[in-house]
Amino acid sequence: MRIKEKKGSETMVVGKSVNRVDAVDKASGRTKYTDDLCGKNALIAKIKHSTIANGVVRSIDITKALAIPGVVKIVTCFDVPEYYFPTAGHPWSTDPGHQDVADRLLLAKRVRYYGDDVAAVVAENEVAAMEAVRAIQVEYEEYPFVLDVQEAMKEDAPQLHEDYPNNVLAHTDIRKGDFQEAIKEEGLIKVEGWYETPTVQHCHIENFICFTYEENGRLVVVSSTQIPHIVRRIVGQALGMDWGKIRLIKPYIGGGFGNKQDALYEPLCAYLCTQVGGRLVKLDVSREETFVNTRVRHAIRSHIVTYVRPNGDIVANKLEAFSNQGAYASHGHGIVAKGMGAFPQLYPCDNVEADCYTVFTNRSVAGAMRGYGIPQAMFAVESHTDEIAKAVGMTPIEFRRKNLMPLGYEDGFSKNKLYADTFNQCMDKGMAYMDYERKYKEYQNQTGDIRRGIGMAVFWYNTAVWPISLESSSCRMILNQDGSVQIQLGETEIGQGADTAYAQMAADAIGISFEQVHTVSCQDTDITPFGTGAYASRQTYVAGFSIIKTATELKDKILEAAHELTRMPVANLDIEEGKIVRTSDGETLMTLAELSTTKLYSLEHSQHITAETTAQIKSNAYSFGCCFAEVEVDIPMCKVKLLNIINVHDCGRIINPALAKGQVEGGMSMGIGYALSERLIYDEKTGKALNNNLLDYKLSTFMDHPHLEAQFVENYEPTSPYGTKALGEPPVCPVAPAIRNAVLQATGVSVNEIPMTPHVLFREFEKANLF
Amino acid sequence: MYDMKALYEAKSVEDTIALLQKHPEAQIIAGGSDVLVQMREGKRAGAELVSIYGIDALRGVTMEEDGMIRIGSLTSFSHITKDPIIQKYINVLGEAVDMVGGPQIRNIGTIGGNTCNGVTSADSASTLHAWDAIVELTGPEGIRKLPIKEFYLKAGVVDLRPAEIQTAILIPKEAYEGYKGHYIKYAMRNAMDIATTGCSVNVKLSEDKKTMEDVRIAYGVAGPVPMRAPSAEAVAKGQTVTTEHVEAFGKAVLTDIKARTSWRATKEFREHIAVELAKRALTEAIRLAGGEI
Repeated sequence: MRIKEKKGSETMVVGKSVNRVDAVDKASGRTKYTDDLCGKNALIAKIKHSTIANGVVRSIDITKALAIPGVVKIVTCFDVPEYYFPTAGHPWSTDPGHQDVADRLLLAKRVRYYGDDVAAVVAENEVAAMEAVRAIQVEYEEYPFVLDVQEAMKEDAPQLHEDYPNNVLAHTDIRKGDFQEAIKEEGLIKVEGWYETPTVQHCHIENFICFTYEENGRLVVVSSTQIPHIVRRIVGQALGMDWGKIRLIKPYIGGGFGNKQDALYEPLCAYLCTQVGGRLVKLDVSREETFVNTRVRHAIRSHIVTYVRPNGDIVANKLEAFSNQGAYASHGHGIVAKGMGAFPQLYPCDNVEADCYTVFTNRSVAGAMRGYGIPQAMFAVESHTDEIAKAVGMTPIEFRRKNLMPLGYEDGFSKNKLYADTFNQCMDKGMAYMDYERKYKEYQNQTGDIRRGIGMAVFWYNTAVWPISLESSSCRMILNQDGSVQIQLGETEIGQGADTAYAQMAADAIGISFEQVHTVSCQDTDITPFGTGAYASRQTYVAGFSIIKTATELKDKILEAAHELTRMPVANLDIEEGKIVRTSDGETLMTLAELSTTKLYSLEHSQHITAETTAQIKSNAYSFGCCFAEVEVDIPMCKVKLLNIINVHDCGRIINPALAKGQVEGGMSMGIGYALSERLIYDEKTGKALNNNLLDYKLSTFMDHPHLEAQFVENYEPTSPYGTKALGEPPVCPVAPAIRNAVLQATGVSVNEIPMTPHVLFREFEKANLF
Repeated sequence: MYDMKALYEAKSVEDTIALLQKHPEAQIIAGGSDVLVQMREGKRAGAELVSIYGIDALRGVTMEEDGMIRIGSLTSFSHITKDPIIQKYINVLGEAVDMVGGPQIRNIGTIGGNTCNGVTSADSASTLHAWDAIVELTGPEGIRKLPIKEFYLKAGVVDLRPAEIQTAILIPKEAYEGYKGHYIKYAMRNAMDIATTGCSVNVKLSEDKKTMEDVRIAYGVAGPVPMRAPSAEAVAKGQTVTTEHVEAFGKAVLTDIKARTSWRATKEFREHIAVELAKRALTEAIRLAGGEI
């Protein structure tokens, strides 16, 4: 079944900016998050973190800490069970070769980063817990440590994990054509660059938090997570428990951006609960810990060499990318590999050599973060693309129009296909909004202290994880006596508006109003049908399949019941606006409320009308777009002021324009911070994070943003039942290179490192003799 | 949850002194935007606090008979920014404290706390140094007044004696009459930040607006405590209003400031910015004073 624009389509809710289903509660402060749900009698858990970056724990003395009034239990790295577990929020694979690396224990004897978890305290209150943490004495044997990704690959570098020589977690490559042969062509221009992206953090408003209690021999874990069903599995693996004995509940969460697409401290919290007789234990981490001890974005260093003809033909392209994994595998190689995968597709070229490496270092653990390797890759590729355009004397737009992935392009592996002329359409919209042509000419060859520039970048993205991993979505619908429907899905609401989009899609699919659909927001693994959660910008896309499938089943049952009650043939019945309608003459036969109530309480044939299905999705969809940015650079002050910015996206048909716009604005904001100010800094002498707080880590504020313009090109995506595709992560992907290219136009200086802070600009402007 | 041993609420200045004498280990808390942050970090875990926040007598801006501007130490940043006396005579102070943190901090944070905290980055401190402010302290022995330069002893330490509290900041008439000033906060973002460097300049022009009769410049984060740049002041004083003289003034600050490399910024970068800020702040102060440049 496909939802068609049928007669009376003004009643269709997909495509309309209806209010979020959770808007009023969130705006009025009524929404309950994890901490709001935790009993006030909870014991408080706090973690003792290592004060060395690499080494082993020799001994831990807890005598003093145990004597502090209120301390209930202290567990050290010498006490925890030896069940190694993986943390990445990927669907499990039954093929051991595709399983995530299981390199974590609940607490670490072998310390691999400054801040690693060596002991945990459970106390009656936070003050006692913190005092106990300070009182625990740890003796270490310290090893040398390494923070830089390429330093870590050297023969004499400190080794983090025995099984990974030279600290290389993984190395994969792409070979196409013959790079070495192709570059022998005469008259080619070589363009080469190194591009550096920083370690940054998600900075979701709600820090990570969870609590656990025991009930009837099972553990109930309530957690601020994006992936409840996955975390249930990981808690089971980490504690050596049967997965069915764990119940994971995910309430509303204050953002995740990928950080909560990982098992964070749920396994430890669950274990601590078992160590205090199953009493309620809360583990609420601070902002400082969120920066250091949860996950960060992979810092990636890329080296690109391109050979072009003077007319702008790309003849050969080479990429080496080095991804800084930090101390443990988490999502690991998937991030840089995704970026490498985009490389030969975005600007197709016959001769490609690409190698990517994921390397352990003694930094905080890198995991999933909005964009999953693509913001890093786009900074490198789109900065480099402007350098090529400059080298061959073409404008950035001319070069891209000539070389970008053409209409009809199909990727052999994913079977993704570019069904529309997306790039040109998006660039046209961006150029029109910015008055690009005029400004580009006006800003060429400026002098003086204050200069303006305009820049742009495109991005490659796809939707969901097929064919790398399993894609499945399950949905349950329950018809209430009043004709309304409860809908449940495993794909989670994490602030992006998924619950609202589901209600819109379900309303149209069943034939009832938006108000008559009640999305059950909370996922509870005891109750919610299986789904892997929120990640990969997949929720609306994959949920669309299971919503359609389940709605079809529900509708079949409803119409069968209507036939029973009216004796009219199913073929002549439909549901419109919550009523059973005879299609032959348009006559309303009964309301859904009448049908539902009659059937439920029928003494002849009582029926509780529900439907539940699982859809496996074996497709994926490109989701492309671009960003244009206009800047003013104050050269003596080493500052970039962003004057104007626009993102244009083709995410297929838009389910809710207002929510779509919100997604884009949020992503642009994250991209601005990535471009100009955000960077987690580590002390070279100790390996300690120096700015793990929101004062010293320069998350951009709205005083640092101009108006954020979001526009769309809506090309119906044929692989989706609703014509839609990814929009959660894409907005962050093109922003940093667009701003960087605007700075290039303004100053003529190629800044190949982000964030382009005043410190970096000072160094680069000095090198370029601009002072 | 704060690790706090006790909280004593003072009703008056005398009461504060008595409480501090009774609890010599206690820390004074006003708005709490520094003290509570330090407690949360564990630096003052288990502290006893004497709260002076309820002493309304310490709030407000007044002008005394001799033209001295008196700012009660509990006056909040947002109050200072909106105060008509400040706006009329030393508007730059209102502008400077309007760059502290965000709106919530500016509503709770006080100028007394900002200076008693003793940090070099305080947005009020460089401007108060530039205006030759006087700090009024009240203790068991009575009131003493000292130039703000002498109040700052070293990083994080000010000249507060046992059981003494700061009760006002005073700006004498001769320090502001005829002067116009400008403050530039140089930070890594436009809100919710502390200064990488802050520079406050004020200038008094001759009647024909062609000569700089007096120039005063002070920095935050150019040394361990807020500081003046006397060499630069001497270079500019008595000179005509020209870009060359502004340029020379800017270069001269390098003989005064003590920039150092830390993870936050390199010495070279700090010096480069300090020179640029001096030039820009002086240029703007001249413009505000009616000069043309």
